[in-house]
Amino acid sequence: MAPTLTTDSEVGQTFVGTRTVRPDGADKVTGRARFGADFNLPGQLIGRVLRSPHPHARIISIDTSRAEALAGVKAVVTRDDFPDQSSEFVPAGEMMMNYKDVVRNVLAREKVLYEGHAVAAVAATSVAIAKRALKLIDVKYEVLPHVIDVVEAMRPDAPVLHDDLFTAGVEPKATTPSNIAKRIEIGHGDIEAGFAKADVIVEREFKTQPVHQGYIEPHAALASVSEDGSAEVWCTTQGHFIVRAHCARLLGMDIGQLRVTASEIGGGFGGKTVVYLEPLAVALSKKAKRPVKMVMSREEVFRASGPTSGATVRVKMGATKEGKIVAAFAELKYQAGAFQGSPVQPGVMCAYAPYDIENVKVIGYDVVSNRPKVAAYRAPGAPISEFAVESVVDEIAKKLEIDPVEFRLQNAAREGTKAAYGPKFGPIGLTDTLHAVEKTNHYTTPLDPWQGRGVASGFWFNIGGETCCSLTVNEDGTVSLMAGTPDIGGLRASLAMVAADEMGVPYEKVRPIIGDTGSVGFNFLTGGSRSTFSGTMAVVEAARQIKADLCRRAAKLWEVPVEQVQFENGSVKPIGEAAEKAKPMTVADMAKVAGKTGGPIGGYGRINAQGAGPSFGTHLVDLQVDPETGRVTILRYTVAQDAGKAVHPSYVEGQYQGGAAQGVGWALNEEYIYGPDGKMQNAGFLDYRMPVASDLPMIDAIVVEVPNPRHPYGVRGVGETPIVPPMAAIANAIENATGVRFTELPMSPPKVLKALKERGLNKPANGKGTNGGPAGH
Amino acid sequence: MAKHHVAATVNGDEVEFLCETEDTLLDVLRDTLHLTGSKEGCSSGDCGACSVTLDGRLVCSCLVLGCEVGGRRVETIEGMASGDTLHPLQQKFLEHAALQCGICTPGFLVASRALLERQTHPTETEVRYWLAGNLCRCTGYDKIIKAVMDAAVEMRRS
Amino acid sequence: MARVVLVGNLTQLTDGVAEFDLPASSVRELFQLLGERHPALGPHLQEGVAVAIDGQIYQDTLLEPIEPDSEVFVIPQIAGG
Repeated sequence: MAPTLTTDSEVGQTFVGTRTVRPDGADKVTGRARFGADFNLPGQLIGRVLRSPHPHARIISIDTSRAEALAGVKAVVTRDDFPDQSSEFVPAGEMMMNYKDVVRNVLAREKVLYEGHAVAAVAATSVAIAKRALKLIDVKYEVLPHVIDVVEAMRPDAPVLHDDLFTAGVEPKATTPSNIAKRIEIGHGDIEAGFAKADVIVEREFKTQPVHQGYIEPHAALASVSEDGSAEVWCTTQGHFIVRAHCARLLGMDIGQLRVTASEIGGGFGGKTVVYLEPLAVALSKKAKRPVKMVMSREEVFRASGPTSGATVRVKMGATKEGKIVAAFAELKYQAGAFQGSPVQPGVMCAYAPYDIENVKVIGYDVVSNRPKVAAYRAPGAPISEFAVESVVDEIAKKLEIDPVEFRLQNAAREGTKAAYGPKFGPIGLTDTLHAVEKTNHYTTPLDPWQGRGVASGFWFNIGGETCCSLTVNEDGTVSLMAGTPDIGGLRASLAMVAADEMGVPYEKVRPIIGDTGSVGFNFLTGGSRSTFSGTMAVVEAARQIKADLCRRAAKLWEVPVEQVQFENGSVKPIGEAAEKAKPMTVADMAKVAGKTGGPIGGYGRINAQGAGPSFGTHLVDLQVDPETGRVTILRYTVAQDAGKAVHPSYVEGQYQGGAAQGVGWALNEEYIYGPDGKMQNAGFLDYRMPVASDLPMIDAIVVEVPNPRHPYGVRGVGETPIVPPMAAIANAIENATGVRFTELPMSPPKVLKALKERGLNKPANGKGTNGGPAGH
Repeated sequence: MAKHHVAATVNGDEVEFLCETEDTLLDVLRDTLHLTGSKEGCSSGDCGACSVTLDGRLVCSCLVLGCEVGGRRVETIEGMASGDTLHPLQQKFLEHAALQCGICTPGFLVASRALLERQTHPTETEVRYWLAGNLCRCTGYDKIIKAVMDAAVEMRRS
Repeated sequence: MARVVLVGNLTQLTDGVAEFDLPASSVRELFQLLGERHPALGPHLQEGVAVAIDGQIYQDTLLEPIEPDSEVFVIPQIAGG
């Protein structure tokens, strides 16, 4: 049973809550830190991947003989080098993953299912030879018709990707193969009765495009397989234990034979929770008997690694004239890419999570199409469904002439509210974030014509999970901390701060590292906003073990009962009747006599962290629309979000600001553009347009703290929630500025301009912008 | 085709290397000179993660050929600190938490230094536009801009 | 008897029955009892679900206790990115 860890009463907070300099900082600002592509081994070969030029085709044959004959080529792998996997679903977070699909995504078997799908890989003594070798691989394809759009893919006459995919979740059971992998439904109450009670009903259909996580560091892996079958892998990943499990499974190895080290990671956001290059590098190294290094180009990242879903979403909501939402319906159609497993399930569960609604029904469809298999992207599924819901909430509030923040407060989920996905919420901070936004100077600053203001809320469940952390007290009293979840931005600082406070030692005396899979027990990946939440819990557990041990040792040294020894402020000291018997000894003092008192001093927290608390956030944005170009400029942005307890406030703020920036890109510019040939036309950073510094203002971050009662410090994960509200907030602000409700993302200049022209609003003199004041209503 | 022999100055040191015609300066820095601080984010000059200065001019090293730098002066992130002393920009980035994953940080530091060498008193807008060639996906740029403006103040003082 | 509610597609494996009163004192016992009543449901409970006991969400645990008057929801597993 998972104990509710509470911090011991004598633990002060000297470091937790302050803005320390991160322990990995010096290396990161000097270029010394080693990311995925920064590792090299003597004698290494360079690996490259041959990718499908077709979005959908049957593979008739693959002939690698000419490539293998090329001087300098040491290994070639195809589907024949990977045993087939039976259809077996294993949990992979919010999506059930099927290894049968994983092995086919790593290397195509019967068919290629998207442009960029890997077909073969080579390892050669130089990049030039590897590239030439790829050209010498002869693949015969039978090109098939392809389908990209989710609604198109659902049509009964659409080209079918998988002959063995039958829609799950429908009655009667499906008998013909389809691109609809699954239908799901949640809800409670009676929505027909609910709509009958409504004075105002709004129904809208929304459309979003796939967007990429956009991490600046491409995928990279270096594998080295020994003659005895054991192997080492260095890779950039959010979960090295997951990489280990997948590679072992796909290549038929014992898990313990494979040792994976996570390099520093240059961004992931969910996109590095799956494997692409790693199994290929291991397979090539096994064949070549030399280390193999593989790095994706930016183009490959776009064409071959999972973006998130594009979707079509229909929302219908009804409210009484007093402002109570009485019925809420949504139908979500999410694209999974080439294999099933879009985040439609959490999208369905999150859609109405911020609200207390009596009658809810949400339906979701998971649909395959000829695009790269989607991977998780920060709060997977939720940004799409919340974009739709929060847009309609705004329309209803406007129709009822109620301030949009007040309307949300009236209907907000609070402690005890039954969530749309079932259970009641514990203490949560949604209303706190709404009040925080309402109180800002931002909320009441007057706006000029063609400027608009929008607000939206959002949430993510957050998770805990399996986590191991070891603390070792060194001979000089310094503390070595080994965690097992890759640090994507500030984790080591937070863990060291908690360890320092728990042990009563200075922050600079704690040295944290992320251990490889051979050094520390299983850790679930960094994702789900879990690494600080779970990691700090494991640190508390480890520290508690050490403190108990130090008391036992001191008791023996001082020859007093252990009940008369206490740990306080970094020292063990005798108390009660024993109070005068000895002087207190610091952790460093005890460390000097560690050997003499039984051996090295350490603690090992091995937990399955439960009790993660959801994090709610509310975003407020001011923007300006240029009626001549359709360009939207963000003028001002405020994020208020509940962190429970901000261990390191700067890194919490950083999550709020970074997620908001990704949302701005998703709202205004980012999209996969496909031609009629099913190929991506903008596979580079020039035309896949992410926000740059000149696109954004300062982003004000308000850290609200409604403690999570299940965590010793009250921590809630914060990383994912910030990407959930921005698109709706921006759409609402554009509506406020122009009177035009956009239901398709991105709201890029050509689209905005077209909509303004259609309404004769595209000259500054014609329409003045309909903004009428602070709340725009 | 024989390789090119190139002699140049990198971070104040005289270096010599061989490279193919098509090798970029970024390839040479990372693979031949083992200076992996400059990063490859896109190979098309769009992300700025490979930023270095060439004879004092800010460039994307993925857009410069290795054989172009003969007799010229290259400065990378590895040359920014002096011994144990971090450059004020490096120090301010740490204080302001202007990095999360850190992959874009070398590029931002090199680009920011190039700005502050030309403009000691930049406005927020000038900083944002100068750094528009450097992509960051983690921070939303807020703390980066604050760090650069604060470093400018610090550098004006000394 | 704990009040147990299945959320989402799991009800398709129980002929539409979504609510149960079960004398389960732990998550493991709960899964056992549900699996006995609806054999098709059994394997799906082993992987891919989370359990909310009186509002607290637990994932991947068998030993968590359930009180006689607990309200329990069995929901799809969640993670993140």
